[in-house]
Amino acid sequence: MSALLDVRDLSVRFVTEDGPVQAVSDVSFQLEEKQVLALVGESGCGKSVTAMSILGLLPTSADPSGSVSFDGHNMLGMSSGQMQQIRGKEISMVFQEPMTSLNPVFRVGRQVGEVLRRHEGMSRDAAAKRVVELFELVGIPAPARRVKEYPHQLSGGMRQRVMIAMAVACNPKILIADEPTTALDVTIQAGILDVMRDLRDQLGTAVLLITHDLGVVADIAERVVVMYAGRKVEEADAGELFAHPQHPYTMGLLGAIPRVGSMRGESRLQEIPGLVPSLSAPPDHCVFAPRCPRADDRTRSELPALTEERPDHFVACFYPGERGGAK
Amino acid sequence: MTAPVLEVTGLKKHFQVSGRLSATGELVYAVDDVSLAIAPGEVLGLVGESGSGKSTTARCIMRLLEPTAGTVTLLGQDITHLSRQHMRPHRRQMHMVFQDPYSSLNPRMTCGQLVGQPLELHGIAGGSELGDRVQDLFDKVGLGDQLRHRFPHELSGGQRQRVGIARALSLRPNLLIADEPVSALDVSVQASILNLLVDLQEEMGFACLFVAHDLSTVEYFCHRVAVMYLGKIVELAPRDRLFADPKHPYTQSLLSAVPVPDPEVQRSRRRVVLQGDIPSPMNPPSGCSFHTRCPIVEERNKVEEPVLRDVGGGHQVACHLVGPSGEAPKLVEEKQGV
Amino acid sequence: MTTAEIALTPGARRRARLRRRFLKRPPAVFGLVFSVLMVVVALLAPVLAPFDPAQQDFAATLQQPGGAHLLGTDELGRDVLSRIIFGARASIQVGVLATLLAIVVAVPLGLIAGYYRGWWDPIIMRFTDVLLSFPFLILAVGLAAILGPSLMNATLALGISQIPQVIRVMRGEVLGLREEDYVAAAVADGATDRVILGRYILPNALSPLLVQATVAIPIAIIGESLLSFLGLGVQPPTPSWGVMLAGAQSYITQGPWLALFPGLAIFLTTMSFNLLGDGLRDVLDPKMTLV
Repeated sequence: MSALLDVRDLSVRFVTEDGPVQAVSDVSFQLEEKQVLALVGESGCGKSVTAMSILGLLPTSADPSGSVSFDGHNMLGMSSGQMQQIRGKEISMVFQEPMTSLNPVFRVGRQVGEVLRRHEGMSRDAAAKRVVELFELVGIPAPARRVKEYPHQLSGGMRQRVMIAMAVACNPKILIADEPTTALDVTIQAGILDVMRDLRDQLGTAVLLITHDLGVVADIAERVVVMYAGRKVEEADAGELFAHPQHPYTMGLLGAIPRVGSMRGESRLQEIPGLVPSLSAPPDHCVFAPRCPRADDRTRSELPALTEERPDHFVACFYPGERGGAK
Repeated sequence: MTAPVLEVTGLKKHFQVSGRLSATGELVYAVDDVSLAIAPGEVLGLVGESGSGKSTTARCIMRLLEPTAGTVTLLGQDITHLSRQHMRPHRRQMHMVFQDPYSSLNPRMTCGQLVGQPLELHGIAGGSELGDRVQDLFDKVGLGDQLRHRFPHELSGGQRQRVGIARALSLRPNLLIADEPVSALDVSVQASILNLLVDLQEEMGFACLFVAHDLSTVEYFCHRVAVMYLGKIVELAPRDRLFADPKHPYTQSLLSAVPVPDPEVQRSRRRVVLQGDIPSPMNPPSGCSFHTRCPIVEERNKVEEPVLRDVGGGHQVACHLVGPSGEAPKLVEEKQGV
Repeated sequence: MTTAEIALTPGARRRARLRRRFLKRPPAVFGLVFSVLMVVVALLAPVLAPFDPAQQDFAATLQQPGGAHLLGTDELGRDVLSRIIFGARASIQVGVLATLLAIVVAVPLGLIAGYYRGWWDPIIMRFTDVLLSFPFLILAVGLAAILGPSLMNATLALGISQIPQVIRVMRGEVLGLREEDYVAAAVADGATDRVILGRYILPNALSPLLVQATVAIPIAIIGESLLSFLGLGVQPPTPSWGVMLAGAQSYITQGPWLALFPGLAIFLTTMSFNLLGDGLRDVLDPKMTLV
């Protein structure tokens, strides 16, 4: 089965007033149908830029290269007209901050309905009916009443559900969710993740999840891509990644999370000294070397390629795995 | 039994909301009757989601806000309604680390000036001695000396937060209030700041009020934990007891909602899913403020407000459904832990 | 969004970046250059002017621009170029001094109103409202008429008329800055009001104040021109662009250049200060990350 979305050697360079910034370097991954794939990394790793480049949402100062294949076409070369056909209909996106994504002067029902009328050509009444169904699908209680409300009358969690309803209104093949729960309280977050899981089951939508929260990844992701400084450093199925992390950065991230149940003082949180670098050109050596406990001359001068260290588990590292002197 | 460093009784803070959508002069019941005490050297975690009032509580204790009612007693002195001038001597005994490293440092002062400010203001050190003290503080929080002459915007989030901590601890206060000090930081940076706080607390022995929304960081750092919901404390217990045996339905749902970074465990958990939204603090529900979302709500809870009661072992709960010796309904059968 | 991904490199020199950003804006650069030029001209007027501006020459009245008199002469044979140059003196002097006066008075008032609130705020704001109820130029003209015509009084009148606007800007800034976390941190330090105002609030309010000043100067210059035009400012024989305009009225058909050049001078000078102010405002706005 060929992949639904095939990203190959994607690189994105920005021209800023401080000089060029290499936000993404040679990132490749595939999203299969009905799959939930997570792009994980901290701020500055390039995961959001990657997501934006798929839908052509990068600013004009961005210079993407490589290919993003969807349905046989390379999205990077598309005209804005072609893009508009795809956005919201085949591939849609949900952002972190629902308040700024919704128009404050229109009722939410109308905003979601607009998507239906534009892409599916529905009449106003038909769209209104479908919107109520969609609201029910995403778990908004009393949907018939809610469609008439304005964004500011809804809580953060509700607004995010509205955004998701809008995103899946036309039954897209892919839903890109960029930090969908970061701005929400944890009790609300659980509900949103459940909605996304249900949508995947009921509508068959594939989900590309962008997040920095490994807990969210553990909850909902099937396959995980770990990014650092614009490069993909590890990729594996979720269970495999958490159980057998290979890249020192992944190990560091997992070790840095305090887990409920860890006794104070008994296990110290793992620190990763240093800062996430901002690259001005594609790297020619391991991007993690400055902060890696296993760094040596080789990692500081050569760029590690992705190798399959374990079955279906890829790492870009010269010294991956549990061996090697990680403190 | 040594005297507590901080004692808060019946603290209330209500804000006036003028005009807007609501009717005239509506109140936001941000903090609604909070009582707690912190012993010397103890770390008390204050956990809650949005609208819980935890940050407002912290600011009231810090006297950045003036409480509407109740008392705040620091080292035996009532500081509840002191004027700014009279508060100043007490400021040597307590200080605060703020949540946002990007807005809590004056962009026009160098980091060295910021860290040295409390020492200077209280006349403790000046001239070259001030420089030495600042250097020591920078060392203590793991910052290189050359950063003293840099401005905050030249530092990373983690470094800025260290500056904030150095400044807060410069006068060796008895009480440190940390208002979500790691929430705005990346995961790997969070770890180093948390480790730093743990080390410093052990070394300097200050009492700490640690405000957070993340239960796992609270468990890592705190001795006791208080859970807040809509301006009230609903549960307060020693750390181990709270995590092993949460009694209040809200605490249980909160714990249940925190995702465990282990896919197998996380996906096989049976979780409590709360219905509905967090009500607005402008319009808190009658009776038990949690009743609108409580999975085991009973009629009585809608009318009568539960009181925070001691059920043994330093464990306090505000719930009608918890028995006098602490028998509490379990919402899900699950073991938290390793 | 994506701008957050492009993390600001710690250690980037802020001033260099601001300078770069400023230089990328041609209008702002023009504004800076021309404003500075005018100030230099005003300062070096005696050196730069080819003739004595008051020197009359009845053999050369109403001469067209060109030749010895680059910009022509007026009805009394006085060299227009020299009068323009010395006129710059009056304009820049009044412009800058009036603005300075407004700032010196209004900044403390705005600080007090915005920071202390209490009953200071309503009193100061009512005072401001009273002043604002008069249109600026009417107020300036009225004050100048009361005080009597002279350069100093014109400066005074224009300065006073600018006070309410500066108070409002200052107060607005302070109201916002008060709520900043870093001010709360200073309170937590135990800082006195003086320290908070002096090290925390005022330095952070300087940027908008600077922008306001560069916009206030051209307003004062136009005000001076108006006052002189009405005979309420500079008194002849001291040249001022407004005085020149007043005199040019009677000779508009015989010597249109008599009105053109002072008018052009006023226009270019005020525009350059405005462009400078715009440029500064854009560049100093912390929310702009990408050009």
